[in-house]
Amino acid sequence: MAIFFWAFIIGGIICVIGQIMFDVLKLTPAHTMSTLVVIGALLDGFNLYEPLIDFAGAGATVPITSFGNALVHGAMAEAHQHGLIGVVTGMFKVTSAGISAAIIFGFIGALLFKPKG
Amino acid sequence: MANKKNKKLTPVQQEYQKFQSEREAKRPVFKNCVKAFFVGGFICLIGQFISSFYIYFFDFTERSAGNPTVATLIFISMLLTGLGVYDRIGQFAGAGSAVPVTGFGNSVVSACIEHRTEGFVLGVGGNMFKLAGSVILFGVFSAFVIATVKTILIQWGGL
Repeated sequence: MAIFFWAFIIGGIICVIGQIMFDVLKLTPAHTMSTLVVIGALLDGFNLYEPLIDFAGAGATVPITSFGNALVHGAMAEAHQHGLIGVVTGMFKVTSAGISAAIIFGFIGALLFKPKG
Repeated sequence: MANKKNKKLTPVQQEYQKFQSEREAKRPVFKNCVKAFFVGGFICLIGQFISSFYIYFFDFTERSAGNPTVATLIFISMLLTGLGVYDRIGQFAGAGSAVPVTGFGNSVVSACIEHRTEGFVLGVGGNMFKLAGSVILFGVFSAFVIATVKTILIQWGGL
């Protein structure tokens, strides 16, 4: 049960970091997201993101930082087998769910819903 | 960056800039952070319920359950975006609804819906990643650099 608690806390803290970047550093949402993704990728580069996932579960996999983590992860997994070329071929292996879900559901959304006002 | 901009302005304009920045409504940073914390935490809590569901019924592990969870959350955010609910959550929660992956889903879906009047190929297809593109670009490029450096260090540096 502890994981539900930590998912809430860690997820909330990552969102607060985003909010501080909005309000204090005056970044646009796009800049904030891009920075967070790069931070996630860097954390995985130092092998720090996986322990966070073990600790906080969805609190670490749901925020956008996990996208950067998943990209590095896929690239590294493939690079172990095939060397440098694996960096390119494995990049989207882990994160394919997010991208393909966004594309598929985005298109379905465009079919189903009409723009408002 | 602000200083660089100010240098090009005349003294009168600079004075005005100072004047307006003094009068600008201060952002309620603390209040916004509390809202972002609770909404963001709540979305992650829902995510944890979904991934527990996948772990329990479909034999995923704690690490691999992230993928189906993300897909499910994007599906939910499509429904909420299409019904116009997500915008309202976003106005209330700021980063709390933008930072979780639902915000990524929302940016793709809302761009799709918004541009469907321009046709499915040029409108929906062309504008789908208008907002989410920067996330993908910087994510992929930084991941490429990090993974390349790490691979080189492991293979030739004996890390």
